[in-house]
Amino acid sequence: MAMLSFERKYRVRGGTLIGGDLFDFWVGPFYVGFFGVTTVFFTFLGTALIIWGAALGPTWNIWQINIAPPDLSYGLALAPLKEGGLWQLITVCALGAFCSWALRQAEIARKLGMGYHIPVAFSFAIFAYVALVVIRPVLMGAWGHGFPYGIMSHLDWVSNVGYQYLHFHYNPAHCIAITFFFTNALALAMHGSLIISAANPKEGEVVKGAEHENTIFRDTIGYSIGTLGIHRLGLFLAVSAAFWSAVCIIISGPFWTRGWPEWWSWWLDLPIWR
Amino acid sequence: MSKFGMRMLAGVSAALALLLVIYAFEWPPVDSVQRGYRGLAMEENSNPRVDRAKVRANVLPEVAPPTDKAGQKASQVYTNVKVLGDMDANEFLRLMTDMTTWVSPEQGCAYCHDENDLAAERPYTKIVSRRMLEMVRYINGSWKTHVAETGVTCWACHRGQPVPASVWYADSPKTAQGAAGNRAGQNVASAAGGITALPVDPFTPFIKDGADLRVISATALPAGNRASIKQTEWTYSLMMHFSKGLGVNCTYCHNSRSFFAWDQSTPQRTTAWYGIRMTRDINTQFLEPLTPQFPASRLGPLGDVAKVNCATCHEGVYKPLYGANMVKEYPILVGPAPARTASAAPAGAK
Repeated sequence: MAMLSFERKYRVRGGTLIGGDLFDFWVGPFYVGFFGVTTVFFTFLGTALIIWGAALGPTWNIWQINIAPPDLSYGLALAPLKEGGLWQLITVCALGAFCSWALRQAEIARKLGMGYHIPVAFSFAIFAYVALVVIRPVLMGAWGHGFPYGIMSHLDWVSNVGYQYLHFHYNPAHCIAITFFFTNALALAMHGSLIISAANPKEGEVVKGAEHENTIFRDTIGYSIGTLGIHRLGLFLAVSAAFWSAVCIIISGPFWTRGWPEWWSWWLDLPIWR
Repeated sequence: MSKFGMRMLAGVSAALALLLVIYAFEWPPVDSVQRGYRGLAMEENSNPRVDRAKVRANVLPEVAPPTDKAGQKASQVYTNVKVLGDMDANEFLRLMTDMTTWVSPEQGCAYCHDENDLAAERPYTKIVSRRMLEMVRYINGSWKTHVAETGVTCWACHRGQPVPASVWYADSPKTAQGAAGNRAGQNVASAAGGITALPVDPFTPFIKDGADLRVISATALPAGNRASIKQTEWTYSLMMHFSKGLGVNCTYCHNSRSFFAWDQSTPQRTTAWYGIRMTRDINTQFLEPLTPQFPASRLGPLGDVAKVNCATCHEGVYKPLYGANMVKEYPILVGPAPARTASAAPAGAK
């Protein structure tokens, strides 16, 4: 793969997170690094374990392969491999791979002298996964509360967990998370359309810049958040969506065991109108 | 706003939010019961600290101690004993004592009897209680599909009160509400529907009138299923009542990936199916015909009699009184089983 002319000067060794120069080199366009190696290690090991789990199971149908967590009776102990132990090992590999990837992002940012916004943002996605398979199961006292690894089976899990609380749309954190997801999509659509409308004109016309971009929004709604601000907003909306998703599943069970509609009793019971 | 004002506002908001979090949520540790294959998330969750009051409330009272046999039937010793006449006279007195404990412990015998003439057909509560005895015998004999050998007594519903705590009346249809428009029987916090915006009265159609709960199509492609969203929400509302009434969640009976499929549901769904039919039966065969007996003060806003739903017996517990056997002391309360012929399908089978 060709390298851009100015890119070579950034490809200097040193500045790694753990010091030293172990794996401090590039392969083609990719920076390897210590955490690149650990990412690959956990990814291949985890995938191999998934394939092993599929081989133990009744089907090779890609939709139906299911590697399920242990029975609740195992609590927070290790389970035999064929009875959820594989799920536990795969979870360790997934956590290892995701965290390695975040650290690799941080390492590259550090070598380039940039901020750590990308690994911080990605950490919110990792947090959402950790919430599902570590935090909530630990708070409820059994690894069996984690979700199964399988295309259809994890959807069944989502559906049943939702109906454990009768009507999940009444989960307050779920409300907030959904609002952030939709607002995130709205902001991205507005931002994407704005940039393309200004920066990608018809042939023969001039490229327009921030003045046009700000003006169209000021003319329309009286306010433009600005070129830097829209990216701050986008980052905030996106990580908030992931964060509140994690909150909405952590509170389901450990902090509320009944139907979510009933949680709103506090609102109906406010002394001003009860 | 000044910087100080902003800080005050932020501080007060944070304090209110913290109060809400502490007040409105439960706290770990919690209990879970796995009811399906691992990872399927068919689980019952509960918080032992929240359930404490419920566990205390759902106990069977001590029955009166057994007595020596009188050697004579109740009908030979007392006059006008129509339902329990075949009992031993002493056993009959014992049952009367327990019925007082079960239904009117404060009011005593006089709640259902004229104290000057116990055989008299007054007050109205005597007529009602006789019919209720027939109902108990009918339930225990003919609805073993729902109550099994556990059975029910007066206590199952009454719990020491002349009127059971959980009964329902038809809701007055509010049609004109000015600018707020017609709510069409929904869109307020529905107590029956688990404090959701679902229809407020799921009982009249399903456990009185016999409407079909099933709204989902039996075929993948459209083939004449005309069930509307409103009908679906009506069923959902009744299901919310099931959950609240039994203290369980949807996965107690259903695997939510396929609510309708019997082969993916738990055995409890079968018991619930019979429960729906049994409740209908009680409401239409026993309670509604008693309407003229009741004084107006005992009737609902639309003049209908108090009727039963799941919560009347279950009181928030998956098995009433956590499955304690209620009829073993009084076999007389188990009526004869219905005669079954090959062609006699259960009533209302769909």
